[in-house]
Amino acid sequence: MAGNTGTYLIQGAAILGGDPADLLVRDGIIAEIGTGLGADGATVIDAAGLVVLPGMVDVHTHLREPGREDAETVETGTRAAALGGYTAVHAMANSTPVADTAGVVEQVYTLGRAAGWVDVRPVGAVTVGLAGEQLAELGAMADSRARVRMFSDDGICVHDPVLMRRALEYVKAFDGVVAQHAQEPRLTAGAQMNEGDVSAVLGLTGWPAVAEESIIARDVLLAQHVGSRLHVCHVSTAGSVEIIRWAKERGIDVTAEVTPHHLLLTDDLVRSYDPVFKVNPPLRTDADVQALRAGLADGTIDVVGTDHAPHPSEHKECEWAQAAMGMTGLETALSVVQHAMIETGLMTWADFARVTSTAAAKIGRLDDQGRPIEAGEPANIILVDPAARWTVDPFQMATMGRNSPFKGRELPGKVVATFFRGHPTVLDGALNTPHPDAAATPAGAA
Amino acid sequence: MKHLLSTEDLSLSNAIRILDTAEEMSAVGEREVKKLPALRGRTVVNLFFEDSTRTRISFEAAAKRLSADVINFAAKGSSVSKGESLKDTAQTLSAMGADAVVIRHWASGAPHRLAATDWIDAAVINAGDGTHEHPTQALLDAFTMRRHWARLAGTGSEGTDLKGMRVAIAGDVLHSRVARSNVWLLRTLGAEVTLVAPPTLLPVGVDKWPCSVSYDLDQTLANGVDAMMMLRVQGERMNASFFPSTREYSRRWGFDDNRLRALDDLGMTDTIIMHPGPMNRGLEISAAAADSPRSTVLAQVRNGVSVRMAALYLLLSGDTREPAPHRVPAYAAAPSTKESN
Repeated sequence: MAGNTGTYLIQGAAILGGDPADLLVRDGIIAEIGTGLGADGATVIDAAGLVVLPGMVDVHTHLREPGREDAETVETGTRAAALGGYTAVHAMANSTPVADTAGVVEQVYTLGRAAGWVDVRPVGAVTVGLAGEQLAELGAMADSRARVRMFSDDGICVHDPVLMRRALEYVKAFDGVVAQHAQEPRLTAGAQMNEGDVSAVLGLTGWPAVAEESIIARDVLLAQHVGSRLHVCHVSTAGSVEIIRWAKERGIDVTAEVTPHHLLLTDDLVRSYDPVFKVNPPLRTDADVQALRAGLADGTIDVVGTDHAPHPSEHKECEWAQAAMGMTGLETALSVVQHAMIETGLMTWADFARVTSTAAAKIGRLDDQGRPIEAGEPANIILVDPAARWTVDPFQMATMGRNSPFKGRELPGKVVATFFRGHPTVLDGALNTPHPDAAATPAGAA
Repeated sequence: MKHLLSTEDLSLSNAIRILDTAEEMSAVGEREVKKLPALRGRTVVNLFFEDSTRTRISFEAAAKRLSADVINFAAKGSSVSKGESLKDTAQTLSAMGADAVVIRHWASGAPHRLAATDWIDAAVINAGDGTHEHPTQALLDAFTMRRHWARLAGTGSEGTDLKGMRVAIAGDVLHSRVARSNVWLLRTLGAEVTLVAPPTLLPVGVDKWPCSVSYDLDQTLANGVDAMMMLRVQGERMNASFFPSTREYSRRWGFDDNRLRALDDLGMTDTIIMHPGPMNRGLEISAAAADSPRSTVLAQVRNGVSVRMAALYLLLSGDTREPAPHRVPAYAAAPSTKESN
């Protein structure tokens, strides 16, 4: 399927930040790695000073289609993903209709194929309509063309302990994983922001850390009890990191994700009452930020997931309590992680590849993503200029969402090129063309 | 000062300026003709997203005594899906030429949004936002306390602060914008504040506030209190398990007849009892306490108009360093009976 991509000679790129080498990309794979490579007819890319990394894999993306095409479409969201250095995204299930049947996940999968910017892997809902009452047809979604392996009611917690237990047990039949949005609903009724010193002053209903931590504690014990695989979405508190560390030490099969914004921003920003900082889970304290960074660096937290959540402007240009929760993230993730983790000396580019690609592909069971950068491997790779600096302007982004909390910030790192199965979807830091296979996939096909 | 959004960020000099100006405005209220031409031709909009007849008519009276044109805008049903958004409302008022917007909103921070965005260019006065702040209420409370404190000191109140005054605030601090605004303003003015409440009705993080916290009203009174402020308790709190019953609340945290007597027994003859209103008689305050000579409830209402005149005047009259026009002698010695109803 990748035979119609061109030939590209990438010269002098630092593989995972190491020594410079040349990479020959041909027919969708990395054909050769070495020094002084040549190839007739190849498009030559001067990559001196650039780092080559595996294409990023997002375990947590909201593409909003079907249903909220005024917020984002698969097309615009995956353009944003490619620009941000992604070659695969997991599309969350809270669309309208909910992705709780084989039909809807196949629709999203097909829209992704037709767009051709990245692999779109739909996430299936755990319960019908995200209602938390009965299991959706998880097996049918797993067997569909979308080959769903990750299931989540993200946005809503599977709070019924029996239902959560059944879901964890059931997905073992097809090597699935339940990605839990850990939020005890009774403890967070009407919650608006992290409960603590700032919420006390602002008079906004608090969202206690314990509402997240108590669910994680319960779920790791359930996962242990039934011998299944649990993924914890967007971990946001120091206590959650401690519980997951404890669970991993006991050998429980749990993975965890952290968002870029929780690695950088704190609830002090809510003092502005600007809803661009309203997000679920909420921004926490600096102590939480430091614990999340330490947890990501030491492997307690496995991956960075963007929780990219575009919203129409009217859902943010209003009172705090009225505003929708969520932030865009696909086009800023690399820069924020570089800023928070690499420039602080907590991680190397090799670590970056692990938390943004290798580990994420493993969680989602994506066989041809997150691979080593070696000859013979699929050419899902990106070129990054780590020395670049840029100022975030939401109106210059490919996502339809203008709700970036990093607006106006200067950040390091720029994606110069994204190769998706051998085809440059991004070149010279700008969108190029979708993968040629996309043209062969009618949007209506399933 | 372009806006009056909170007391948290109100400087001592601005707070004193508002209180001093309010003293001058108060004198206007004593005259036969209770009107100044200061804001003639200016438009003040009372934008109320939440019912509050008391606060609205207080602002209305204040604006009218300064000769401003007043528009009352009751914007209920404010959800984005049901009605007009805050942004559209603000832009509408802007297009109509509002010079000041007095906003009451159920959502904390709504006045900050009006002030921070380019939706409207008018001066914004927070008339109570959610469970955040109610700065003019705190200012009128401070005005009332300052008169009392100055009278005890035998001085005029203009230019003075509340240094050394012991103020206890009892009730539902968690949900009270009045408590928050009072804590910040009273700290700025030098008073010593103690919050008294059941632990369920104190916010997590209250330990960082510039005040003491007590769960025991009797002990707080025994320690000495110059002003005792009771907060309104909403009946719906009972259903959410904040306390077991209204009777238990009243026994432990209400200002009942026993505690009213305790003030006399403890020899605290000058202690005043305050309440922002509306009162739940028999719940957080007994009828005898509310009607006692110690009560400043009606004085607070009266002073509210003066404080709101001062706020409107200072925000709309351009150079805020200028004294009010038609300067009248300050209230050197307000008769104490006026402050005690």
